Amino acid sequence: MKVNLIQSEYEVIRDQSRCINCRLCEKQCSNGVNYYDKKLKVMLSEEWKCVNCHRCVAVCPTHALKIVKSDHCFKTNANWSKHDITNIFRQAQTGGVLLSSMGTPKEYPVYWDKMLINASQVTNPSIDPLREPMETRTFLGKKKLDIEYDENHNIITDTKPQMELSLPVMFSAMSYGSISYNAHKALATAAQELGTFYNTGEGGLHEDFYVYGENTIVQVASGRFGVHPTYLDAGKAIEIKMGQGAKPGIGGHLPGRKITKEVSKTRMIPQGSDAISPAPHHDIYSIEDLRQLVYMLKETTNYKKPIIVKIAAVHNVGAIASGIARCGADIIAIDGFRGGTGAAPLRIRDNVGIPVELALAAVDKRLREEGIRNEVSLVVGGTIRSSADVVKAIALGADAVYIATSALIALGCHLCRSCHLGKCNWGIATQIKELEDRLDPEEGAKNLVNLISAWKREIKEMMGGMGINSIEALKGNRLMLRGIGLSEKELEILGIEHAGE
Amino acid sequence: MDRIKKEGEIRIPSGCAISGIISKKGNRFSGQTAIDSIRLMHDRSNGLGGGFAGYGIYPEYKDYYAFHIFYMDTIAKNECMSFLEEHFDLINLSKIPTRKIPSITDEPMIWRYFLSPLPTKLAESQLTEEEYVVRCTINVNAHIKGAFIVSSGKNMGVFKAQGYPEDVGEFYKLEEYSGYSWTAHGRYPTNTPGWWGGAHPFSLLNYSVVHNGEISSYDANRRYIEMFGYKCNLQTDTEVITYMIDFLNRKKNIDLKTVAHILAAPFWSTIERMDETKKLEYKYLRNNYESFLVTGPFSIIVSYQNGLMALNDRLKLRSLVVGEKDDMVYMASEEEAIRVIAPELDSIYYPKGGEPYIVELETEVQ
Amino acid sequence: MQKITVNHMSFKQLNNIIRDDKEDTFDLDDVHGQRYIAAGMKNKQIKIKGIPGNALGACLDEGSKITVLNNCQDATGDTMNEGEIIVYGNCGDTAGYSMRGGKILIKGSAGYRAGIHMKAYKDEKPVLVIGDRAGSFLGEYLAGGIIIVLGLNQNGKCPVGNFCGTGMHGGKIFLRSDELPKDLPKQVVTRKANEEDIESIKDIINQFCCEFTFDKNIIFNANFYVLEPNTTLPYKQHYTAI
Ligand code: SF4
Ligand code: SF4
Repeated sequence: MKVNLIQSEYEVIRDQSRCINCRLCEKQCSNGVNYYDKKLKVMLSEEWKCVNCHRCVAVCPTHALKIVKSDHCFKTNANWSKHDITNIFRQAQTGGVLLSSMGTPKEYPVYWDKMLINASQVTNPSIDPLREPMETRTFLGKKKLDIEYDENHNIITDTKPQMELSLPVMFSAMSYGSISYNAHKALATAAQELGTFYNTGEGGLHEDFYVYGENTIVQVASGRFGVHPTYLDAGKAIEIKMGQGAKPGIGGHLPGRKITKEVSKTRMIPQGSDAISPAPHHDIYSIEDLRQLVYMLKETTNYKKPIIVKIAAVHNVGAIASGIARCGADIIAIDGFRGGTGAAPLRIRDNVGIPVELALAAVDKRLREEGIRNEVSLVVGGTIRSSADVVKAIALGADAVYIATSALIALGCHLCRSCHLGKCNWGIATQIKELEDRLDPEEGAKNLVNLISAWKREIKEMMGGMGINSIEALKGNRLMLRGIGLSEKELEILGIEHAGE
Repeated sequence: MDRIKKEGEIRIPSGCAISGIISKKGNRFSGQTAIDSIRLMHDRSNGLGGGFAGYGIYPEYKDYYAFHIFYMDTIAKNECMSFLEEHFDLINLSKIPTRKIPSITDEPMIWRYFLSPLPTKLAESQLTEEEYVVRCTINVNAHIKGAFIVSSGKNMGVFKAQGYPEDVGEFYKLEEYSGYSWTAHGRYPTNTPGWWGGAHPFSLLNYSVVHNGEISSYDANRRYIEMFGYKCNLQTDTEVITYMIDFLNRKKNIDLKTVAHILAAPFWSTIERMDETKKLEYKYLRNNYESFLVTGPFSIIVSYQNGLMALNDRLKLRSLVVGEKDDMVYMASEEEAIRVIAPELDSIYYPKGGEPYIVELETEVQ
Repeated sequence: MQKITVNHMSFKQLNNIIRDDKEDTFDLDDVHGQRYIAAGMKNKQIKIKGIPGNALGACLDEGSKITVLNNCQDATGDTMNEGEIIVYGNCGDTAGYSMRGGKILIKGSAGYRAGIHMKAYKDEKPVLVIGDRAGSFLGEYLAGGIIIVLGLNQNGKCPVGNFCGTGMHGGKIFLRSDELPKDLPKQVVTRKANEEDIESIKDIINQFCCEFTFDKNIIFNANFYVLEPNTTLPYKQHYTAI
């Protein structure tokens, strides 16, 4: 007798009075949940396969569907949650490492939500962002503190290589392979239109996307997929991936079945072969080795590209960042532990690393104490969910932010956390042609442009409220923030005062 | 009762009145002129702070650093004295003469020293003479509780107190001093415990700054400049602006006009319209000196040994007028504050936002 | 030909000269550990006397050939794309890291992790030949290309250190040896080289012999083992999707 230990988490509720048996939900669900029962002449659902991605709900022409959380439950237990119990069942049955995707759903403190932004009253005017100039242009890279003049007494204006952004928001690394061609295309076109950057991730750059080079960050990870001089030259900046917030200390492994023909071409590895990028770079076992890789990339590209070093937010991040700053890196990207991923061992995703807010506060402080904050720019990601998060990040000390999950949601992602299954119903985290076709890159790009433009408006509005008309004046301006419901220690780490002080 | 925090322990924003007067020929005139000008703007202050900076006032000691120091008590005085003796040659020391004014109370001990760095100590520090003086000043202000160096430049001095500026001028007997340039300030702090040290001008070495407005970039500027060895003890806008000017102009050798274009940088839309060379220059400045950008309303008058610079924020949210008469140049928050001391002007000018108005001495001052 | 006495010139200055000079052929004398020599460069013929620093010929590109008459340090040919690096002495660690094309011929021995992460794609097949011996972790994470270790001074003893082929999932390793490493992972399968295998490395061995004047008959007159990934036993973390 087959005993089923794992019950479905969601129920597909179909209003039979509305259902017209069009079978669209059946066709659209890549998880094979919905089917037509010929005998009964009704649509039915095998709900235990459902990942709650809302594709069927969104396409149903008569609005007959909804997905609800199953109220099936275990005996109440404050210690043992349903998740704890079912995960033990799963592991007891398979012996496997639990695998999931996207950012952790666990209830860790989100410090963005525990900080409040200031606004001017009387002593200092707020500024009307609609009528007055309000500037968000941002440069990333090393800042010089000296001025040299040429023989005509004009300022010599060369700087170390930098990136220029129309606003301090970029799309962070998601590799082609982990997400679809169309998703990449949408990100690339949107970045170009917005005057910002998208990031290739560690999977190389598809030949069709070289035209977006001026708005591209090319990534170099330990596996060096698709890395060759033309690739390095193709982007405006090079990012060395040392770690990822969702899985610090863990590398990437794209299984051979996801290495389709096109992905294989871009990664420059044979179709069907595994793409393994272990956690460490095997030429970096210590900080001086990182310096070697940084300079190797600089030499290869003749000092024309800023080098970003991306790390996961971990306990000793202040000291690590200081080391990186002294390695010649131009930009440090810090990825917080709530950041998303295409696949990560669940326990790592949910338990390793620290929130990016604390990491940012610590790193910014440390670099200032050492007097080297001007030597590197700071970019933070994982998770930035709104323009308010952006404003708080800048005020805490970031130069710019990276967004990925927010961008995917703009493309249709419903955060079902099933990317690792490769069957994304929204055409994002998949290499299956018919699923991929569901994402129209033009429309996707339009949505991204809309989202970021809306954020830009909101950022300007908040800046105006603070009486700040250029984003530089917000950078590290922690007086503009107050904590709410935070302990002394948390306030001390964030370097802010409590609301009311 | 809870003790109200003193300035420096908390940040007190304030609004104000400013005025500056200079003789381009370097002719010295009495501090009374500055008092008369600032008195007119009485309503722009609230009696919680006023002050003056005079340049060219100590010709007999012009080769020595003149330190004006406030002491809250004798312990502070003793500690500071031994610090000074350890680091400097004291040429002359005295109490700064004052007269009793009913509205001015709670005065600290106010002392003046003329001194020069001890050559052995200076050599040991491997610093330039000026940097040595700056470090010592910052050191005293940050670490000796109850001692505050009000000014530390040569042939100049700052006189400030809690009170209306015209009373402060009378208190210090400024009619008895004469200098080739004067600035004056009346303060309107938005919080009660304004104190003597927090009054303007704020001064470091030969720079002194008077300021009107409340900047919104304060903490961005402060956290950046503190990387370079400065310590913003008073948490005032003027202090951070002075430090930025000292860093850029003195330490980085960037001329004052460019410094002004860093602090009150033109908007990108303006930069885009410039010719190619200038566009690149301004882009370079905004990009590399981004954290020196000051936003929010301000008008400042910066005094230094060779002149005065008036500067408005880039949106020109504060008023500032400049008038000229013969070799005299007047700058003030209100035109009347100029007319009251110079009714007939040759010309009157309203500097644009972010456009510095720099007046330099035509001759070397004797 | 351009002769440069490098001495203590900075690597940046040296690379600028090589990059900007119209000349394509260079003789570098008295090289003292300058890193990244010729990084990313195309069509340069460079002869090096002295010891080049780490990451020699990193990201090297088509038409370039670097000949080193002495030893090399670490990360020689890191992420090399095309071209050739010929080393008359020994190499330090991670020679040929992530090479995706071109050749590295080492007359002597290589240190740890030689050929790690080498990858092949279509016509691009990186080749790494080590004349004598390789340190541990040879061909770690090997994904493509060919690594040949000749064991010229090993008298038939195994010419590699421990953990050879760890994480290997593509490519081929040839060991000229009478014995196999004792600790090969189960994802690596071995066999004696057949004629076809030997044929496939003939050209490169010929080049090796010409370059360093060896007798190819002696080289081929010995046993070769071939190490390949076991495609039926992929590396797979055992996952349970939720
Ligand atoms: S997996 Fe998605 S499409 Fe399929 S039934 Fe569930 S919500 Fe609908
Ligand atoms: S990308 Fe697709 S699979 Fe991944 S969470 Fe979003 S909707 Fe689900």
